Amino acid sequence: MGASGEAMIDSMALSVKALSFSYGPQAALSGVGFDVKRGQCCILLGPNGAGKSTLFALITGLYHAREGRIALGGNEIKKASYQALSQLGVVFQQSTLDLDLTIKQNLHYHAALHGMSRKQAKNIIQQELERFEMFDRLNEKIRHLNGGHRRRVEIARALLHKPSVLLLDEPTVGLDVPSRQAIVSYIHGLTKEQGLAVLWATHLIDEVYPTDQLVVLHQGKIQITGSVREVIEKVHAENLQDAFAHLTQKEGS
Amino acid sequence: MLLRHYFRAMKGIVGRELWRFVQQRERFFSALVRPMIWLFVFAAGFKSALGIAIAPPYETYILYEVYITPGLLGMIQLFNGMQSSLSMVYDREMGSMRILLVSPLPRSFLLISKLLAGTAVSIVQCYVFLAIAWCYGIEPPVMGYLWVFPALVVSGLMLGSLGMLLSSFIKQLENFAGVMNFVIFPMFFMSSALYPLWKLQESNEWLARLAEYNPFTKTVELIRFALYGQLNIEALYYTVASLLLFLFIAIQGYNPSRGMMNKKKGR
Repeated sequence: MGASGEAMIDSMALSVKALSFSYGPQAALSGVGFDVKRGQCCILLGPNGAGKSTLFALITGLYHAREGRIALGGNEIKKASYQALSQLGVVFQQSTLDLDLTIKQNLHYHAALHGMSRKQAKNIIQQELERFEMFDRLNEKIRHLNGGHRRRVEIARALLHKPSVLLLDEPTVGLDVPSRQAIVSYIHGLTKEQGLAVLWATHLIDEVYPTDQLVVLHQGKIQITGSVREVIEKVHAENLQDAFAHLTQKEGS
Repeated sequence: MLLRHYFRAMKGIVGRELWRFVQQRERFFSALVRPMIWLFVFAAGFKSALGIAIAPPYETYILYEVYITPGLLGMIQLFNGMQSSLSMVYDREMGSMRILLVSPLPRSFLLISKLLAGTAVSIVQCYVFLAIAWCYGIEPPVMGYLWVFPALVVSGLMLGSLGMLLSSFIKQLENFAGVMNFVIFPMFFMSSALYPLWKLQESNEWLARLAEYNPFTKTVELIRFALYGQLNIEALYYTVASLLLFLFIAIQGYNPSRGMMNKKKGR
């Protein structure tokens, strides 16, 4: 903290400033701004309809906002989209794998989109799948995998091109408890080992680690940002559960 | 380095589409059955009803089957173009279009690669159909098989970009039935695919006029002439112009700041 504004943006893995977006007359996001540093896991907490998915659509460049700016590793998405998007790995809420293709085919497709050679891709695919102990299933079709394994493939895919920022949009929805826990702890591990910056959207409090940063979004506005402890202290709550309830119930919808 | 990235990405996109096509056997099968029914059943029924006069590119009297073969090649590509646009609407709802769109290359390049991929699939279908037609006795000159290739590339891209244009405006999958009624059928029947334009002119002047300006008519004529080793330059210009127009609008439709997607409520 304390550094001047511009330098600050550059040192951040992900920087969102004064972002507003609306679908027609209906405002989906207004004045949203926060930063995620390298090695940090930032949890974007918000009830359904808070604007989380819209924010993700903007960060991934699916839409462009007229107001505000988004930078990935100092590259603004509207001006330097190639550099910005090269640094970004995404796991969307809905599965985006080709069911009729094998794990291998799905991953090579993604690698090609990111300009990797066949050989490069082969090595990295092996590395990433081995972390999940899934390398021996390389030639299985996605259709034959269960939900937890599909998610793992998607996470491996999002990491293939060695991004510096990983976005996860409610990645554990619909999974059983062991799969959920495995994914939560895996992602937290990545931030420590590889210095990856993670932005994780969820409405499930139990996915938050005490060391995480929080951004609480409600009705398109940021209610609070800070570490877990700061947030609890600021709203004078007993625990995070209470704090979240308090923050997302005011001016109820 | 960047150039290599473009090349690899395009290879990946086309490869994926071909793999998907090969692995979805029902799709491959149904894509072939449709023109075969037209050829074996419809054409057989109409053979005696319709006399075809000698008109370029044909040099002798021809059978009705021979006449409609280029039209059926056009139909394969028309359906394929619409089907890949259907899959784009579906992909967008399901999200796999997003994987394409969040990759770093410019969106227009990604969309054009996707078009090329769809066109490649349609050309495979066309050649398999031509092989079946050959067994049935429809034997255009050998060089025709070579010349028809560039014609199929241009027409596949044109019909694919029309599909892409539609996919950027269609909000939901359910609206796709409308595309069948308002795009595929009128385009196909109001064209020279099944009957020469002068036949249409005999029965209805303004229908013939509409058919004449139908881009599908031009693309079928382009294919027809190419299949007999000739270049219909007017048809080529018209098809390329339609291609550029459709492509331009489609890319606008997928533009992140101006596109129609902006106006839709995303989830």
